[in-house]
Amino acid sequence: MPDATFIAMMVVTVGGAIVALEADEIVYGAIGLAGSLFGVAALFFLLDAPYVAVFQIAVYIGAIAVLILFTVMLVRQEKWYKELPARSLSKLAGILTGLAIVITFTFAIISTNLSSDTQIQNTAGFVQIGQLISTTYSPVLEVLALVLGAAVVGALTLSRVDKEEKRE
Amino acid sequence: MNSLADFVYVSAILFGIGIYGLITKRNALRLLFAVEILINAANLNFVAFGQYLPFAAGPQANAMGQTFVLFSIALAAAEAAVILAIVVVAYRIHHDVDVSELKSMEG
Repeated sequence: MPDATFIAMMVVTVGGAIVALEADEIVYGAIGLAGSLFGVAALFFLLDAPYVAVFQIAVYIGAIAVLILFTVMLVRQEKWYKELPARSLSKLAGILTGLAIVITFTFAIISTNLSSDTQIQNTAGFVQIGQLISTTYSPVLEVLALVLGAAVVGALTLSRVDKEEKRE
Repeated sequence: MNSLADFVYVSAILFGIGIYGLITKRNALRLLFAVEILINAANLNFVAFGQYLPFAAGPQANAMGQTFVLFSIALAAAEAAVILAIVVVAYRIHHDVDVSELKSMEG
């Protein structure tokens, strides 16, 4: 049986995800997304993985959620707020597909013995994570640095406004 | 005590919500939200299975789930930055954020 903290954080996570997609104004949606990400970070804490949880809070809530909020607020136009009505057929298809996925996964989990696995056995902390990152996966780290640099340069190039364009 | 199945249930629910958003929404920013929710569902699975791995697998194997999630979070940050830039450019050109109206690259 899950404890009360887990149930509360599960409600925050799932509720935030629903608010992110269904809120009328997109600013509230962005705040709901931040709440959902925070709930996932709390679940990481419950999983005894504090390093990943703090990383999640720093990167997702400190960077991505704030970046989305700034984009929405700086480019403040009517159309950001105009809610595009979903076509009724696609809405029905979306709900059915989502429900089908959840039900399929639920039956798959019930048929296994995952629910008897209640003891967190991992004692590896950030020492082991640091060793893995700096030895076995050091090429991944360097490629990741390249990807991040390329993404930042690409984003800057994309959103740059030329002088001629500005004068028009 | 929380069992491994509880975390996998939460992950499955998040995944279903993300797929629902990807299918129904037409606003480009909502699609970004849906993709972020999907990535989080995957990350939660990674950490949960890594933490409940038997101790006999060794300390390196035990830390692997968390290590992959760190890489995944960094990639998601890069992806969000590029998608937001593309949305801003698409809005400047088409004056719309409805992805079903962005047809200039259609073959």
